Amino acid sequence: MTKLRVNGVERTFEGDPAMPLLWYLRDELGLTGTKFGCGIAACGACTVHVNGEAQRACVTPVSTLEGKNVVTIEGLSETGDHPVQRAWRDANVPQCGYCQSGQIMQAAAFLAKTPHPTDEQIDQAMAGNICRCGTYVRIRAAIHAAAKGS
Amino acid sequence: MPAGSGMDRREFLAAAGTGSLVIAVGASGCSRVDEDLRGTARAKPTLTITPLAHVRLDDTGTVTIVCHRSEMGQGIRTTMAMVIADELEADWSRVVIEQAPGDEKTYGSQNTDGSTSIRDFLPQYRETGATVRLLLEAAAAQQWNVPIGEVEARFHEVVHRTTGKKVGYGELVAIAKDLPLPPKDQLTFKPPARFRYVGKEIPIVDLADMTTGRAVYGQDLRREGMKVAVIARPPVWGAKIASLDSGEAEKVPGVERIVRLPEATPPSGYQALGGVAVVAANTWAAIQGRKKLRIGWTPGLNGTYDSVDYRRELERTAQRSGKVVRAKGNVRAALGRANQRVEADYYIAHLVHAQMEPPAALAVFEGGRLEAWACTQNPQAARDTIAEVLKIPVEQVTTHVTLLGGGFGRKSKPDFIVEAALLAREVGAPVKVVWTREDDIQHGYYHTVAAQHLEAGLDPEGKVTGWLHRSVLPSIGATFAPNVREQGDFEAGMGLTDFPFAAGAYRAEVGPAPAHTRIGWYRSVINIPHAFAIGSFVDELAHAAGRDPRDFLLDLLGAVRLVDPAKEGAAGKPWNYGRTFEEHPIDIARYRQVVELAAAKAGWGEALPEGHGRGISVHRSFLTYVAAVVQVAVKPDDSLTIPQVDVAVDAGFVAHPERARAQMEGAAIMGLGNALYGEITFKDGRVVQSNFGDYRVMRMNAAPRAIHVHLLPSDKPPGGIGEPGVPPIAPALANAIFAATGRRIRRLPIGGQLAPATA
Repeated sequence: MTKLRVNGVERTFEGDPAMPLLWYLRDELGLTGTKFGCGIAACGACTVHVNGEAQRACVTPVSTLEGKNVVTIEGLSETGDHPVQRAWRDANVPQCGYCQSGQIMQAAAFLAKTPHPTDEQIDQAMAGNICRCGTYVRIRAAIHAAAKGS
Repeated sequence: MPAGSGMDRREFLAAAGTGSLVIAVGASGCSRVDEDLRGTARAKPTLTITPLAHVRLDDTGTVTIVCHRSEMGQGIRTTMAMVIADELEADWSRVVIEQAPGDEKTYGSQNTDGSTSIRDFLPQYRETGATVRLLLEAAAAQQWNVPIGEVEARFHEVVHRTTGKKVGYGELVAIAKDLPLPPKDQLTFKPPARFRYVGKEIPIVDLADMTTGRAVYGQDLRREGMKVAVIARPPVWGAKIASLDSGEAEKVPGVERIVRLPEATPPSGYQALGGVAVVAANTWAAIQGRKKLRIGWTPGLNGTYDSVDYRRELERTAQRSGKVVRAKGNVRAALGRANQRVEADYYIAHLVHAQMEPPAALAVFEGGRLEAWACTQNPQAARDTIAEVLKIPVEQVTTHVTLLGGGFGRKSKPDFIVEAALLAREVGAPVKVVWTREDDIQHGYYHTVAAQHLEAGLDPEGKVTGWLHRSVLPSIGATFAPNVREQGDFEAGMGLTDFPFAAGAYRAEVGPAPAHTRIGWYRSVINIPHAFAIGSFVDELAHAAGRDPRDFLLDLLGAVRLVDPAKEGAAGKPWNYGRTFEEHPIDIARYRQVVELAAAKAGWGEALPEGHGRGISVHRSFLTYVAAVVQVAVKPDDSLTIPQVDVAVDAGFVAHPERARAQMEGAAIMGLGNALYGEITFKDGRVVQSNFGDYRVMRMNAAPRAIHVHLLPSDKPPGGIGEPGVPPIAPALANAIFAATGRRIRRLPIGGQLAPATA
């Protein structure tokens, strides 16, 4: 049994201890904003925050999260107006949108620690998040804009 | 219905209680039977396009626009609605978008591929909006008992010009719904200067949902009592199950059923691939269960497919004469007389779409009816195929379209939806089929693999006097019909028969290449290999002639003129993306403009730092002209970065320029990723790669820092937007690498080719 907090709500998980957080979120809690892209932490679509750190939910067994605080895209802000979300909308970043939950969660955790990043720092921080639509130039611009706005 | 009316039909929504106005508009004058993009090889080769755009207006004034195209990142849910709302003089904030289920009779072609949505439907969308506007004006005129000429629809109200009286759209529904439909010749269209939305930067309608996690894709589908299935599919196309032991799989907690799916028989078409499904209470259990299956496979005829051997076979074939698809003048003689003769061979590997969302579909079978939800580009093909496979009338199948987490052509093929349908019937509960990334990489419809041989002759002035192009690649047609061994007209039409250059004598040939896997269309299709070979070869010729590549390219395009392939030796009926050459000619002026614009914006000719180089290329595809200049920087350690890409685009009239630019930015990224890393290989009939670790795509740290898209304003008929940005990128990149390093790339992906030979 694992007790954890998801978007501020206390949860008790009693399933397969090996089950990754991704499937607990999506299949059991119905939080489908966290996306399935690869299952091997190679694409970043499933990025969530665990105690404020960006983490890939697809390779994080729920059993390792005892007492941890998980935040998903649904819990990033109450009204969807986190500075990163606003910057994403201002720059019209999404095309298909599928990877953008993960991109936003990655960028939000990164900016919390690196409030005024250089291009090189953005490269490093975002290299694990794939966008097949190819929105990288706008993601970069949105991160800079969010940094300026915060 | 009055004679000459453009309206096919109109419905009244009885269920709406207070009464709604429902307009289903189809321009019968524009209806046409389109040639199937996939060529004549497919079993059902023709589609009747009678586009019907649906608008519903209720008495609260809410305008509901039914989108009949699939949203996969191109922004069509926004753009098509913008066009209708604009002609309707609607208040955008009162427009709601509804997604149409698959239904060709009602909605026309919904197959969202071929970059067709705007280029095929723009006039119909405008007529739809204009029709509703005119009906509302007529209703107001009747209510006020004034001539219709005195009233005008303006931003969700009709205004009486002389008195200034106003009435909201919603209040006019009661009258408008009973008025006769106006004939088409009474419709008026807004001049572009009065557009409120078209041409403006309107945020996509799904933007808020996509940035808050609320957007629902196929993978996100949920339903009470739903089971999740993952499937162990034949590792080789056509392999059969020799033995199955599911004992261990059945013991995995959460696993409920093991189901053998029917075997697929060639040609593949849209069939489910077969294999063994693990049906479970949740996705994780299904994935764990599949790992425990013990399946012996009989590989069958394709079990020897090997990319190394196949490449040799294609390259050997490309050295021999093939079937001529276009010939003008005597190429052999021209090459024989040439002052300088240049030859080059190009190879490009298989690609797989790897859209971010792996395929997924949910199906429910109840009372003889099948209802499916899926991230599909083609809900009609899904519906038809399900009806055929389940042997139930098509009217008893409903296919709903979710948002698509990318498509790129993969999701035009409904094999994954057929799987869900089969399992829903078998299990008797709602079943969601989830493809993992490994499934997506290893069971795709692969972009073709191509070997090409080019020869050209130069005269003493460096002018091209003859050009031979041989293209050898397995055809998409082989996926849909038996014994297809060479590319079809639509494939040759993507670079061979539509060859634009003033190259003297010209001959294009295609050679036989049997397919050993499912070959499918991938964003930009056969333009990818053809543009790579042609665009690289132009650059090779420029260097052989000692000319600047941009100047040489412009000279090779030659004088401003229209090229008609049929009059320049094209065999059969040369492909023009389903359109006539009268309507969409091959226009050298438009080629020249994009080349000049891209070069100027990129600073062509300006000095660059050591190790940098620029490359240029141009290609027309999907009726749109795109020139690209790529700048590379190659360090002494052979690491490569791409500081800047400039793309100039003439797509004719562009309804949503901001989304068009986004498509071109994304196309540049995809084109660069294809060229640098994109490679699917086969060994013993199986795909070698399995996930993003070994199937590399472009990431942020390799992406260009700047992509500048320069859209040429135009009022010509619209061309495609989603695909034409990809083809010129790879040759521009290869040409830039040559400019920077003197090393010529003739094989894609580039992979480790830049690494030092003596490592």
